[in-house]
Amino acid sequence: MNRTRTLWTLLVCAALAGCGSSVELDESQEAIVESRDTGAAGAGADGLGDSSRSVQQIDAGQQQQDPLDDPAGILAKRSVYFEFDSFVVQDEYRPLVEAHARYLTTNRGRRIAIQGNTDDRGSREYNLALGQKRAEAVRRSLAVLGVSDQQMEAVSFGEERPRASGNDEAAHAENRRADIVYQ
Amino acid sequence: MNRTRVLFRCATALVLAGAVAISHAQDMRLDVSGVGATQYPIAIGTFAGEGQLPEDIAAVIRNDLAASGMFRIIDTNAVISDSATPDFAALRSQGADSVVGGSWSRLADGRYDIRYRLSDTVRQRGLGGESIVAGAGDLRYAGHRAADFVFEKITGQKGIFSTRIAFITKQGGRYRLKIADWDGRNEQTSLTSPEPIISPSWAPDGNRLAYVSFESKKPVVYVHTLNTGQRKAVANFKGSNSAPAWSPDGKTLAVALTRDGLSQIYLIASDGSGEPTRLVSSSGIDTEPYFSGDGKSIYFTSDRGGSPQIYRVATDGGAVSRVTFDGTYNVSPRVSPDGRKLAFVTRRDGGFYIMIKDLASGAETRLSDSGQEESPSFAPNGLWVMYATRAGGRDMLMAASVDGRVKQRMSSDTGDIREPTWGPFGP
Repeated sequence: MNRTRTLWTLLVCAALAGCGSSVELDESQEAIVESRDTGAAGAGADGLGDSSRSVQQIDAGQQQQDPLDDPAGILAKRSVYFEFDSFVVQDEYRPLVEAHARYLTTNRGRRIAIQGNTDDRGSREYNLALGQKRAEAVRRSLAVLGVSDQQMEAVSFGEERPRASGNDEAAHAENRRADIVYQ
Repeated sequence: MNRTRVLFRCATALVLAGAVAISHAQDMRLDVSGVGATQYPIAIGTFAGEGQLPEDIAAVIRNDLAASGMFRIIDTNAVISDSATPDFAALRSQGADSVVGGSWSRLADGRYDIRYRLSDTVRQRGLGGESIVAGAGDLRYAGHRAADFVFEKITGQKGIFSTRIAFITKQGGRYRLKIADWDGRNEQTSLTSPEPIISPSWAPDGNRLAYVSFESKKPVVYVHTLNTGQRKAVANFKGSNSAPAWSPDGKTLAVALTRDGLSQIYLIASDGSGEPTRLVSSSGIDTEPYFSGDGKSIYFTSDRGGSPQIYRVATDGGAVSRVTFDGTYNVSPRVSPDGRKLAFVTRRDGGFYIMIKDLASGAETRLSDSGQEESPSFAPNGLWVMYATRAGGRDMLMAASVDGRVKQRMSSDTGDIREPTWGPFGP
């Protein structure tokens, strides 16, 4: 046990050093380390926490987790890709757009930016306008599905923030997209 | 005398502008190629003076005139003063039609008094000269002023050697808006950002720049005063705000806004006051506005006809007329200061080239040849176009004479240089 504690202290030391911090470890921080060691129950130096025996209730009729945070859910998909020289949302992205529209219409407090992008060929300003056209296509699809204007802003990054560098068709295709960004 | 006073005032203004953080990272490389159709042979003597001048003024004049492609520098190391009569016969035999002599002295306040005189070796008479009082930091500027004087006296056209350029650099994920002499020297940084900066545009006063910055995760148009470092978001509407262009009187900016859907052109006050007024309407994309030199018309890019082409409309509205017809991609219009030529970017055979169109005859000539060009910008005398190009995986700048004969490349080993915009004539 004592050995474990020393190891933990060393690890935290290393972590803090890694962060460039010059904070020195003292008794209270060691206590935090110990409490982590015993799990999140809170049985630290201060005694038993009141959560160690508490019971979380789940209502099966209501989803507890924000579906936006589910990495396996459809809402984790936030990029709509476009064909060359095209500004139409393809059918394959309909489920994605519909899922975000459902989420936004049930969570009216949530706001998104829709960021349009292009590949890097041609004029930067014209590409900015083309990226806007892609963002606007997604914005309109969401608006048709009931998302309010106050929840959305379509903007463009044009060719300025490519996701893929490179000059081949694969890179260009990766950059012809609009991203839904929750704020 | 009056001239001296004006120059003195300029020098003072420049000292103030020096309050902007000066980075002396002189990593910009300059390569000049080609010669002009006409070349004036000229000798520029070493300036007379006691001791060492921190900046070789004669060399600045030589470099400027040589880079223009319109002068052939007759090699001479002789000291030629402005106060003595040059040896005209000897200069003639060396092939020089004109000669610049000069001198310098240190003033009590530490500044320098630079004097020069231009003479015609054929007629054996003086063509004029000046006295410029400048601090050590303005000696290059003094040399550029002298080169402008010589250029105008000999060619009859105003020189651009004392103008400044602005451009964007990208290095290690940092974007910088930089100001430099026309030849890329004397770099100063006016803005650094982790997000892209594009479309810088000089105000006619030469002390303000409009540009698009993405620092707030969307394109917003700012106007930035160089000598104070103050700036203001003048177009920050819902959606994207971009493509600022100054009216010749500096009061109005034409911008592209998407507040009503797709990109459309609006006019706003350059101080950001008031509401935008829509210039033209289309169901597609309108962007890249550019004022003609007389301020009466605006050229812009639009895909209203199916492909992006250049159009023109009167600044007070009215009918829109199409300007470009060849090809399916003609963008980024910039009108020459005299209104006779249009520089733009065209896509031909998959490459992007700078074209110069004679607006009266309609004739088009290709100015660039690598096929990776963008962002043309006329020098204020209309004799040069600067643009962005790409070679060896790096963005760099090119200044080309409008006849395409002379090219000057500005590149850096440490990053990308792009989005050039040529500043106006100085005061």
